[in-house]
Order: sequence, then C-alpha cells, then structure tokens
Amino acid sequence: MKKIIKYVMADILRNRIVLVYLFFLLVASFSVFSLEDNSSKGLLSLLNIVLLVVPLISIIFSTIYVYNSAEFIELLVSQPLKRRTIWISLFVGLAGSLSIAFFVGVGIPVLLYEANLTGIMMIGVGLLLSVIFVAIAMLAAVWTRDKAKGIGVAIMLWVYFSILFDGLVLFLLFQLADYPLEKAMVGISALNPIDLSRILILLQLDVSAMMGYTGAIFKDFFGTASGMVISLSVLLVWILLPVWLSVRNFNRKDL
Amino acid sequence: MRYVVVILFLLGATATLSAATLRVGKGGNYPTITAAIKAARAGDTVWVSAGTYREKNIIVDKKLVLKGAGYPVLDGEKKYEVISIKADGVVVDGFRVVHSGVSSINDMGGIKIYDSRDVVIRNNILEDTFFGIYTQYGKNCTIENNRLTAYATEEQQSGNGIHCWKSDSMHIIGNTVSGHRDGIYFEFVTNSIIRRNTSFKNIRYGLHFMFSHNDTYFSNHFERNGAGVAVMYSHGVKMYQNTFEQNWGDAAYGLLLKEISDSHIEGNSFVKNTSGIYLEGASRIRMAKNLFRNNGWGLKIQASCMDIEVARNNFIGNTFDVGTNGSLVLNTFNGNYWDKYDGYDLNKDQVGDVPYRPVSMYSMIVEKNPPAMLLFRSFITSLLDKTEKVFPSLTPEGLKDTKPMMKKLF
Repeated sequence: MKKIIKYVMADILRNRIVLVYLFFLLVASFSVFSLEDNSSKGLLSLLNIVLLVVPLISIIFSTIYVYNSAEFIELLVSQPLKRRTIWISLFVGLAGSLSIAFFVGVGIPVLLYEANLTGIMMIGVGLLLSVIFVAIAMLAAVWTRDKAKGIGVAIMLWVYFSILFDGLVLFLLFQLADYPLEKAMVGISALNPIDLSRILILLQLDVSAMMGYTGAIFKDFFGTASGMVISLSVLLVWILLPVWLSVRNFNRKDL
Repeated sequence: MRYVVVILFLLGATATLSAATLRVGKGGNYPTITAAIKAARAGDTVWVSAGTYREKNIIVDKKLVLKGAGYPVLDGEKKYEVISIKADGVVVDGFRVVHSGVSSINDMGGIKIYDSRDVVIRNNILEDTFFGIYTQYGKNCTIENNRLTAYATEEQQSGNGIHCWKSDSMHIIGNTVSGHRDGIYFEFVTNSIIRRNTSFKNIRYGLHFMFSHNDTYFSNHFERNGAGVAVMYSHGVKMYQNTFEQNWGDAAYGLLLKEISDSHIEGNSFVKNTSGIYLEGASRIRMAKNLFRNNGWGLKIQASCMDIEVARNNFIGNTFDVGTNGSLVLNTFNGNYWDKYDGYDLNKDQVGDVPYRPVSMYSMIVEKNPPAMLLFRSFITSLLDKTEKVFPSLTPEGLKDTKPMMKKLF
C-alpha cells in the first residue's frame, strides 16, 4: 500500500499541473495579503479562493488523473493486491498531494500574515475541502467508464455544490419565509460541505452580525465546542461516505 | 468702638465656621450614625470609623458631611433603604453600602436623595443594592467615583445603578456600574453631565435616557450590556468620545436612538456590536468623527429618520456598513471612509470619484429574512451584491456617499 501511495504521489508531483496549482495559490495568497491594507480583508478575499478554486481544482484534477491512470490501475489489479488497497492508495496519494499543495500555497502565507483562529480555521477547512472533493471525484470517476462523461459529472457536481445549492436554498428561504426556518437551515447546511465550511469561517469573521436572534441559534449550534465537533464530523462523513461508496463500486466493477 | 465691632464680627464668624466633628464607632462619642446625626448641627461633620452598622434607615435631614474612614459597612439587611438624604448640601463620602431592601412598591435605593440640591455622593462602594444611588428632584448634585455592583438576574427584580428622576444639573463622574437593570438611568433630567463612567454587564441598558434634554455625556465606556445604550424621546443630547463595545444580540445596539432630535454624536467608538447605532424616528442629528469597527451593522437607519448628517466617520471591518428598511432617504452621507469602497481617485484629492453605496443588497435581504444570513459570503450572494451595485433596484437609490474618502480619516 505504502509503495503505491508513494508511486502515485511521485507521479502527481512530477505532473506539472499540481505544481502550477501550488504556484497559483502561493501567488494569489501573497498578492491578496500585500494588496489589501489590512490583512483581515485579505483573508476575506482568500475565502473565495478556498471556497471556489480549491474544490474545482481538486475535483477536476482528480477525475482526470483517475481516468488517465486506468491502464496503471488495470496493471495493479492483475497483481496479487486487494482492489480496496489499490483504490484507497490512489485516494490517499491524490488527497495527500493536493493537500500539500494547498498547505504550501495558502497555509504558509496565512500563517505568516494572519496566524489567528480565523486563519487556522481557514487552513483546516481548505484541507478538508481538498480531501472531500478528491473523494467526490473518485466516486464520479468510478461511476462511468466514459472519460468525457465522468469529467462532465465532476464539473456538474462542483457547479451544484458551489453555486446551485446556495441559489436553491435562497429560493426556498424566500418561498418559506413565513415559517421558522432557523433550525432547518442548520440541517440543510450539512448537505453541502462548501456551505458548512463557509459557515464555520463566517462565525469567526462576522461574529457580530451572526449574533442577531437567528444568528444566536447558529452560534449556539456551530459556535459551541460540541457544534464544532459535529460540523467537523459531518465534514469527515463527506470524506468517508464517497470513499466507501467508490470502494464498493470499484470492487464490483468490471474493468 | 469700630474695632470692637470688627472683633465681635470675626468671633461670630469663626464660631459659625468652626463646624464640630462628631465621631461614631470605635473611639467615638456616638455608638450609631443616627445618634450622631441627631446631635449634630447643620454644617457639622460625622466621622464614622470602620465597622459594620445596621441602623435600618439612616435619614440625613441636616446639612452634614458624612465621612467614612476605612469603608465602614452600612448594612440594609435586605429590608431597608440604607441612607436617605433630605437636606441640601449633604456629603456622603467613603462608605460601603450593602444589601438594601428590595421592594416593588417603593424604589428603595442604597443612597437616595429626596428634593435636595448640592448633594455630593463620592468614593462609596455599593454592593447588592436594589437601586444604587437614586435621586428624585435633585439639583446640582455630584455623584463621583462610586463603585456599584449588583447581582441581578431578572429585569423585573432589579433596580438601576445610578437613577435620576426629575433632576437638573447633575454631575455623574467616574463611577463604575455593573449587574444592575440599567447602569445609569435618566428620566426627566436636564442640563446634566455624565463623564468618565464605566457601565458593563447590566441586564438591560448601560445608559438609559428618557425625556432628558440638553445633557452631555462623554468619555464613558459601555461594554457587554444586555441591550447597549438607549437614548429616547430627548433633544439636545451631546455624546462625545464614548466607547460602545460588544453589545451582542438581535435587540442589542451599541447606541439606540429613538425619537431624538438636535443632537451631536462625535468622536465615539463603536466596536463589535451587532448594530453600532440604531436610529428610529430621529431627526437633526450630526454624526462625525466616529469609528465603526467590526460591527454586524455599522449604522441601522430606519426610513423614519430625517436630516441625519453622517460625515467624516471611519467604517472599518463591519459586516454591513449601513442597513435600512425602506427606500425613503432624507439623510446625508458625506466624506466618510469606507473600507469596502473600491472606487478610484483620478485627480488625487483623496476623495473618491464615484459615489459609494453603503447599503448592500444582502443587508436588505437579511433585514427581511434573517436566516438568509447563513448564505452570506457565498458565491451566489456576492454575485447578487455585484449586480445590485451596477443596477440598484432593491437598495435605496439616494443613500450614497458622494465624497467617500480614499484613506482612513484618523
């Protein structure tokens, strides 16, 4: 297993795309921090990168990588190795290298300029999002044999999670404005890892505004230690569930 | 003959000037303060040495100086009003007043001033009193350097720290108030000064004004009060250099202005409040040189306000700079610094060339639908905000700063 992970990671790091991604994050983070006059505003701009770019790159790169290594996977399957091991090694290799890229690209500048709770929260959330979208990508890739279709599904999933979902929630909020939706909103936000991550950061950045009546409910849930643990475990479920589903699918897949 | 008259006159003068000092407690002639007051003549000093005195209600009905040495404890045993002042020019200095009675019929105070003028209450410590220092029909009284602590948990069961009713020319200086219903409460109080006080963790308001005209409060600090500071139904109020901090909650405001007119708000700091200032039915107010930092809403101006002038303030790091509830705008914004301003300055005069609209679309949405706050800073909402900036439809067209500053003002 270790050997496969090592090989996958070496292969990915040799692949220039991840290095370009790392470099892009690094340049973006440093320029954001040095352009804004106060660094907390820089953190705000970085939030958009973390919530949009990181999931996009993670999901598309991983999907393409899995399709491109189809022959390598076939070769491995012919060896005396469990399919489960192969698939999980692939996942760990991908998630590991993208997380390293994120940590170097965003984590280090954030730690240099804004090493506070908000900054650390942003790094943690970004790392989790990287891993979550690798997991989702592997699920998308195992579903279809057709590469174009698989990448299409991956892109659609990204569009859904980062744009459509919020639009739908906003629409629902206005349609059902007469009902007390505060508690339901907490549940709904768990259905989207990007939303959940955004709220966790929001509670650090805009705590004063979040302390309004409804905000108090959110703060009571997300702001407390137990709420934080629950949110983080929901994010972990967002990693484990797609991985488990894709492993099951891969085990039965006719290659 | 003339000399005799002069000498007699001087002797007479010294006789009246040489006020006696009556000592109470250890080493004194009087066992109780009440006995000393009874024996004293106007102008005397009652010197109270350290110890605990349980004397039910102490009534001061002569012009006396009550001086405590080493903070003698006056205990109201949770039944009585501790000190009642019913004479002009009384001074109460250096006592520890504890456990006043609680009553829902009488407003029992730790120290209460009735219909008197020129009273001075200073350097006292009040603990667990119902009302702390209460003034009714007071005139030109000074309440200075007192520390008031109560442990109230319910609004109905608690009194105010410094409570003034139908008074004039009061001086409230350097007091620290916490744990009461309202820290400092003014009703029908005119021409007074509130200066250098600290009011924190009170259940309702840190400072509460009702029908109190032409008062000034400056250099006070209000922090973590249940609902911040409220100034209502008054005119001619001047607020300078105060700090309003961390008043959190849907109905908590750094400063709540309701039906206020002809007032000045200058040089104050509003930091980390859910709403920095909330204005309702206010008119003719000038707000200048204030700092709004890290608030949920810097300013909430309801459409019922008019002639509010917001000039040369700093708005930094607020989630929403300005919120409103309607499209009618009768107020002016001029020359403020907004950290969210992304315009340009071609002629380099430090004034932005395009107007800034401080009301974002999303603040209007959240105003109507509070749970929508959960979607704040998501891609779709930023998109909505950007389109709204280009074509204003939901936000009031007239609410804009035509001369936004490019750099922080102070």
